[in-house]
Amino acid sequence: MFPLPTITRPLTICSFRASEFAAADMAEYKVKFEVFEGPLDLLLYLIKKEEVDIYEVNLTKLATTFIEYIETMRLLDLEIAGEFLVMASTLMYIKSRELLPVEQQVQVEGDEEGEDPRWELIRQLVEYKKFKDAASQLQALEVARENTFPRLPIKPEFEADRPAAKPEVSIFDLLNAVNTVLQRFTKRDDPRDIFDDKWTVSEKIEHVLKAITERGKVTFSELFAQAASRSEVVCTFLALLELIRLKQLVCAQPEPFAEIEVTRSQNVGQDSPGVLGSPSEPSAPEPSEPVLNPVASESASVEETPAASPQETGGTPG
Amino acid sequence: MDLKFILESILFSAQKPLSVKEIRDVLANAAEQEDADSTVKVLKKTKEDDVTSALEQLAKDHEDAQRSYRLACVAGSWQFVTQPEFAPWLKALVGVKARPPRLSQPALETLAIIAYRQPITRAEVEQIRGVNVDGTMQTLTERGLVEAIGRAEVVGRPMTYGTASLFLEYFGLRSLEDLPAADELRKIVVEKPPAPLTADPGLATTPPEQLAVKEEGGSQKAEEQSAEQQPHS
Repeated sequence: MFPLPTITRPLTICSFRASEFAAADMAEYKVKFEVFEGPLDLLLYLIKKEEVDIYEVNLTKLATTFIEYIETMRLLDLEIAGEFLVMASTLMYIKSRELLPVEQQVQVEGDEEGEDPRWELIRQLVEYKKFKDAASQLQALEVARENTFPRLPIKPEFEADRPAAKPEVSIFDLLNAVNTVLQRFTKRDDPRDIFDDKWTVSEKIEHVLKAITERGKVTFSELFAQAASRSEVVCTFLALLELIRLKQLVCAQPEPFAEIEVTRSQNVGQDSPGVLGSPSEPSAPEPSEPVLNPVASESASVEETPAASPQETGGTPG
Repeated sequence: MDLKFILESILFSAQKPLSVKEIRDVLANAAEQEDADSTVKVLKKTKEDDVTSALEQLAKDHEDAQRSYRLACVAGSWQFVTQPEFAPWLKALVGVKARPPRLSQPALETLAIIAYRQPITRAEVEQIRGVNVDGTMQTLTERGLVEAIGRAEVVGRPMTYGTASLFLEYFGLRSLEDLPAADELRKIVVEKPPAPLTADPGLATTPPEQLAVKEEGGSQKAEEQSAEQQPHS
């Protein structure tokens, strides 16, 4: 009979008084949408609207308003949750009791302490209200927590200790180590066969970085554990050297004769690598610049040095 | 040297929030060092209570000093944190914190009930909220804020729920004792008002006397009967 707003959310209730509704004056429609969590929430809203204390609320009047709301929900084709109907029936029961004279009610209540449904409802409302308040306090805490930032200092004093405990390895240590790895591959590929480069240094750079990001630190031999041929070892090694030169990685030997460990350098500046770091600046990169070419010539003795590698090393610094 | 300043320096440089036990371990380890002098050695066996009270004193000092940061205890671990009002600049500095979306109103209400009343069964939560809480309970469990902690010794032995370890961390609370208005909400004793709850003189029309008497007697009798019946059955 009236053009009603279409509402899809099941528990959304148009709150307007039935009298306004009955007035059928379209201009006066004040449709406000409120989402109620349940019948108790709706009751609290109604009590708040009445501007009275929960203890002093007129439950019979409340029952009438509540049922008006249920009616409105029905008119608007909203799904009425079962809880609302239970509450409506409780309120109807209370209202029906109210029809008895007051003095008689008091007598009945006196006999049956705590059995009064009105009292039961008020108690439930008060309890729910307190938890609702507690919930908003929790919400305030949630927001405050979101806005507090902890102090997370970078390790200040440990920095100085670390080089002593974990001496940097030199380029020659790395070469020795890679030679050990290469000994696994006694058979050289036939120099007369020409293959596509199966691996490129840039691929291996990504591979090495991924492994280190995942695990934090990787030992030298772990880097080559998957390698299936000399050329793959060479590629990975070149990638490692490149990363050291770019100051992305640091190689360190925790103690003499221990395995070389590869970790991310402390001052990995995403935008400006190496700008920050005097204390943790790896000593390896410095020599690696001049030494890199010897390495290339050294690995040139290994026939299958991929053609891509000099380009890669030459290309990336820019 | 004052213990609280030693603790301040430890927490200032710590990489993560430290519990009282961890702080004690630091004090003990410091005393183990070769070059430890008498001041350091004296603190080797500092009691946990002393550490806690020193930390509390320190936290109060910081609060009184009205600086931009405070010493906070979250879930039993101490850490320096900034005050919330400086968040706009810190967000610009370190980026927005990676946090799950905020909790919805139903989720917060359910969580509040569980937090104050744990251990509590799902049915008890539903009774307080007056609605079904299956969905919100699942959300809270998935987010690691609530977990099943046992079974109630009632018919059906339903699961009881309590807050999980992440709860304190999520709300920045020191312990469950630290919940706002905890005493009040754990045990709400709602005082029954002395006056009639609904005094609407207009409504309760005085019925014919006969009917009233009859009604009263009838209802009383019915109640007596039901009271008598219960023990028999």
